[in-house]
Amino acid sequence: MAQRKTSKGRPVYIIDGSRTPQLKAQGKPGPFTASDLAVGVGRVLLARQPFEPSDLDEVILGCVMPGPDEANIARVVALRLGCDKRVTGWTVQRNCASGMQALDCALTNIATGRSDLILAGGTEAMSHASVLLNNQMVAWLGEWSRAKRMTDKLRALGKLRGAHFKPIIGLLRGLTDPVVGLSMGQTAENLAYRFDISREQMDAFALVSHQRLAMAQDKGCLGEVETIYDTHGRYYDKDDGLRRDTDMARLAKLKPVFDRDFGNVTAGNSAQVTDGAALLILASEKAVKKHNLPVLGRIIDSEWAGVDPAQMGLGPAHAMVPLLKRHGLKIMDVDYWEINEAFAAQVLACLEAWKDTHYCRTELGMRSALGEIDQARLNVDGGGISLGHPVGASGARIVLHLVNVLQRNRAQRGIASLCIGGGQGGAMLIETEKETGHGE
Amino acid sequence: MANNTDSRHWRAERDNEDIVWLHLDRADASVNALSVEVIAELDAELVALSENFPRGLVILSDKQNGFIAGADIKGFVALRDQEEATEFMRGCHTVLDRLESFTFPTVSLIHGFCLGGGMELALATRYRIAEDEPRTRLGLPEVMLGIHPGFGGTMRLPRLIGAPTALDMMLTGRSIGARAARKLGLVDYAVPHRQMYRAARQIIHNPPRPQRPGKLKRLIEHRFARPLVAKFLRHRVAKRVSSKHYPAPYALIDLWLRYADEPKKMLAEEARSVARLVIGDTAQNLIRVFFLQEQLKSQGRGSDFKAQSVHVVGAGVMGGDIAAWCTLQGLHVTLQDQSPERIAPAIKRAHELFRKRLKHPRLVQAAMDRLMPDVKGLGVTRADVIIEAIFENADAKQKLFHAIEPHMKPDALLATNTSSIPLETLCETLAEPARLVGLHFFNPVAKMQLVEIVRSIQTDANVTHKAAAFACQIGRLPLPVKSSAGFLVNRILMPYLLEAVVLESEGVRPEVIDKTAVEFGMPMGPIELADTVGLDICLSVAQILAEGTTATIPDRLHKLVEANHLGRKTGQGFYRYKKGKPVKGKLDKNIFSPADLTDRLILILLNEAVACVREGVVENDDLLDAGIVFGTGFAPFRGGPMRYIQDIGAGVLKDRLEALAKRHGDRFEPDAGWQRL
Repeated sequence: MAQRKTSKGRPVYIIDGSRTPQLKAQGKPGPFTASDLAVGVGRVLLARQPFEPSDLDEVILGCVMPGPDEANIARVVALRLGCDKRVTGWTVQRNCASGMQALDCALTNIATGRSDLILAGGTEAMSHASVLLNNQMVAWLGEWSRAKRMTDKLRALGKLRGAHFKPIIGLLRGLTDPVVGLSMGQTAENLAYRFDISREQMDAFALVSHQRLAMAQDKGCLGEVETIYDTHGRYYDKDDGLRRDTDMARLAKLKPVFDRDFGNVTAGNSAQVTDGAALLILASEKAVKKHNLPVLGRIIDSEWAGVDPAQMGLGPAHAMVPLLKRHGLKIMDVDYWEINEAFAAQVLACLEAWKDTHYCRTELGMRSALGEIDQARLNVDGGGISLGHPVGASGARIVLHLVNVLQRNRAQRGIASLCIGGGQGGAMLIETEKETGHGE
Repeated sequence: MANNTDSRHWRAERDNEDIVWLHLDRADASVNALSVEVIAELDAELVALSENFPRGLVILSDKQNGFIAGADIKGFVALRDQEEATEFMRGCHTVLDRLESFTFPTVSLIHGFCLGGGMELALATRYRIAEDEPRTRLGLPEVMLGIHPGFGGTMRLPRLIGAPTALDMMLTGRSIGARAARKLGLVDYAVPHRQMYRAARQIIHNPPRPQRPGKLKRLIEHRFARPLVAKFLRHRVAKRVSSKHYPAPYALIDLWLRYADEPKKMLAEEARSVARLVIGDTAQNLIRVFFLQEQLKSQGRGSDFKAQSVHVVGAGVMGGDIAAWCTLQGLHVTLQDQSPERIAPAIKRAHELFRKRLKHPRLVQAAMDRLMPDVKGLGVTRADVIIEAIFENADAKQKLFHAIEPHMKPDALLATNTSSIPLETLCETLAEPARLVGLHFFNPVAKMQLVEIVRSIQTDANVTHKAAAFACQIGRLPLPVKSSAGFLVNRILMPYLLEAVVLESEGVRPEVIDKTAVEFGMPMGPIELADTVGLDICLSVAQILAEGTTATIPDRLHKLVEANHLGRKTGQGFYRYKKGKPVKGKLDKNIFSPADLTDRLILILLNEAVACVREGVVENDDLLDAGIVFGTGFAPFRGGPMRYIQDIGAGVLKDRLEALAKRHGDRFEPDAGWQRL
């Protein structure tokens, strides 16, 4: 496995960031499209800044399923946010880590000197995922519109069959790996089997996720959330996937949803299908000085790793290692961790992998086991299971929340990581500025 | 070919396809209107054409703001009697008849406003092409000036689009957009700017059959059908205006009823009918009101203040609606209140307003993007105008100003929507008291055009001027008023409302009181108005205004407020309310109605108006009339309180007041200001 070199270049600072509350998909399209979410939070974020929206160099957004009127959603959002027409925008996609990919692209552009001030992040409205007509139906519609005479139209009608009307549920297909033919949930079942993770362990992990989110909401640890408003007089200020009433008994009652007969992965110990957006402002030192910007932290480095698509959940285990190696870090040198909770089984599998000497030797190129990540320092305010996982946004959400956690605890170093459908992993190393650092 | 070099307003150009393009760019005016000179020159141009037929004629405007806004109203005011007026109208008819009679294709190329006489000119061409833009508006609003179309529109519009729609447009004076006009057949094409010239050429080279309404619509014009239709139309008009006060719509219906199948006769009678109307009181007063509107608009001229963003504090009924209105006008608005709960309903109302006015989802979304809920007050630092619309509490407002002032842009306007707290009190906590001005909006914000610009002795004149300019920028009419209790509108309405309450306590049915006021010409009776404003608000404003005077507030008002019968908003006030509408009982002929009912209501209002002018609350009689007409809807056809006094005679009215004072109390004592009149 080739070792990627660290991206050298100018330092890249995290100035500020905000996210929308994450809203669970309720079986019908939610009140906001993906661009609505990004605009709703983006305009508040930009209103806080001492610079104008037109001072941005570009807007980069991750989004896996933009709507039909959202081609290159980053550009649409930039224009709707009142950025001048000269602020360019582009949209990136690396499946579940699209939000982190956007941050990575911004990182590269600032580090290499192409840009100085970037609005980057991700947005997703999974509840608006398209329901599509299958190819047969599309072809039939083409024939229908070409038929001019009544006789031709009647003939076309005669060709319709039931099969024409079978819709393609975009969301379901998107959550299935097309190469190995497994749903994401089934890859988690694979990991549970490989690392011997029980149903109880998964449910316990899920319970902790909800408890931590509840505590975070009660203690006001989610300051990056901005209230958004719909057109019907309602406002949304909290992540609504939280189940304060959940307990082991309730979780145990749920039926497995991916391996229906004998599986362990349920809706309760998986991330929820959710809508949300998370945006960050990244800047070069030049921009920090020019606009006198406060600095929350720095993105030091990033890494992308490829793994077996049938075990995509191990992505984080692979992506985080080169970051540790390159910067000479051990587990205890990292103060806080964010590993996106796509599935309880998947996060637990990553933790197990790092404790397993054989795995670390054969798969991660280490001489011995990496060690045990302290779960008290992992996803401290909840994760995808309780918060939901809007696939385009989570990559940015966890980086934003991580830097806030570091600030809050006056800690120095954190790593954020996600597994990626298709068999990849992404990770970012974040540091807060020391006392003698830049900005305020 | 020959340019008529004597023309100041028109410019004819003949191109290489032998099409004549006749441009109108009225000299010394920012807007194209048909003045005597413009029409005379048009005639000369048309005569020149008839001596040298072109392939086709296109009439277009060189002014960016629109095609032609109508006839030059000043011309109408100058007409002294019916003979002169009829002559004038017939003269204009001759010119348009000449235009209509050309055998080569004639086209009107319309962008922006095409109203009144301008619309009638376009109707005299064979074809019309309109620019498909939101700013394009076509209509015949003459009825709003107390007349009806007089340049052939009453004959040509029904002929083109059928009597039902044509009569509706002329009776309501409403204007329509390019696409709606296309659907009706009023224009032949509604196209984007880039296609307009090509479309004009195309239509001249391949002239289609001129647009005519379908057979079904033509049935209505049949001699036997018209009387029924006329009856129906009269009934509909009567729901909104009486024939005594507004003769124009009824005259129009009559005109159509009698002459719809005799086009030449109709034109002649149209001229006569308009001539009759234009010298009458109603038209003269409505035209005066139109000029008053222009006078108010001019209060904002001369300042180059142009706001880009507005910050509104207070998302209640007023604040929320002010924010929505400013957003609708294209500004960026941040709306602040203490919690999302308080802001969310305002966002919903804003969305409804945008949907109604903007219609297209893209435009609605753009407006929603411009209106940002702002609990943390982030918008203060960027705002060009800050409007405070929180609850009426001097302490809270002072604290707010004190907190905001240091974060404001140095040139930003700081305004308060207070209706009862003196400016002098509010600016106490400011480092720069001279920068505070009152911007007093009326409810509902989207409908009431008037905004009182309130200044105290401390207020900087520049600031007042900027405030007026801002009001014009958002399509409102600014009225500068002195900071005093009730300013102008509330101060004048209050005695009128209270007198109504007194009458009700004396046993007069509220329905009777309201009916009397409406018959005088008020848009809504005083009792219903009080219920609509809210009896708690009426009481508190009355108390503030009564301070330091001998005025007493009727007990009835106290009792109703104590019982929480606050009017429409609680479903019960003086009236009971069902679905927001008052439940009014039937009135039989013998119902108790004092003979001096109208006098008691109207004269007390006039008395207060006189006092206001004397005290310098507004600068002069004209501005007072403008304020009351636009701020309360006071009988526009009467021209306003001061004009009404002038028409009836100050002496006569003063005597009536004194008689009322003897009979009912010294609240009717004539104010010292009557001396001057």
